[in-house]
Amino acid sequence: MTNPDDTPVMVPDFGDADTDRKICFICSKGTLDMAYPALIMANGALGEGVETHLFFTFWGMDMISKKTQDKLKFTILGNPATHMPQGLGGVPGMTAMATRMMKKQIADLDVPEVPEFLSLLHDMGAQLWACKMSVDMMDLTREDLIDEVEDIINVSDFIELSDGAQIIFV
Amino acid sequence: MPQMTIAGHDVAVDDEGFMTEYDQWTEDIGTALASQIGIEMTEDHWRAIKFLREDYSEQGETPTIRRVSTAGGIPTKQLFQLFPKKPAKKMAYIAGLPKPVGCV
Repeated sequence: MTNPDDTPVMVPDFGDADTDRKICFICSKGTLDMAYPALIMANGALGEGVETHLFFTFWGMDMISKKTQDKLKFTILGNPATHMPQGLGGVPGMTAMATRMMKKQIADLDVPEVPEFLSLLHDMGAQLWACKMSVDMMDLTREDLIDEVEDIINVSDFIELSDGAQIIFV
Repeated sequence: MPQMTIAGHDVAVDDEGFMTEYDQWTEDIGTALASQIGIEMTEDHWRAIKFLREDYSEQGETPTIRRVSTAGGIPTKQLFQLFPKKPAKKMAYIAGLPKPVGCV
């Protein structure tokens, strides 16, 4: 028989004491396959109680532009890891087909599409930032970006806010 | 396999303290586990925990935060309020289930 006094209750370490870990993802790509790595890792980080920021720059602006965020595509062109003959990639309709297939595979895992994923991350407490130079270069305004974006910031703002953070460039 | 006594029951746990026997869990134990991590159970907490228990018995694995919100109908934001910081692991701990293995 176990004596209650001899068996203290084991409590997992939920890390409530460590609150200073911080992760910043730099999202620089606008293809469907390259949008997901940061989103999935950010989701994991938030689920672990880690302060999480996403900074969108260059082609990554397509992830947070209202016009483009639901139209990200996947192409087999230039991606030998698809194990498809590269010549196929140029065939009309091939990119649309590859995109459909990838979206289905992602949906089958109950992983949300990019717009819903960003709004989910925002609900979980992630902060989304847009790159000033990219906004200027692409002639965008605050109104072109999804509401979840906190602000348009420049590189020095980003360097400041990522002080002490782990930075992951995608 | 370590044993511990909680709410008057002897239960099997893993090295971290997560219960390992689905059938050893009772609501009393759930309440006691929650108070160990500073959570006072309310109706909303129970809704989540009961979904975890049911889903585990049907699917054979602990649901992720995403699944609790889509299949269980409890918004993600609320899960973070009910089980601060690490909702997935805290819910699994209280529900007497292993940690979820899914990524999203």
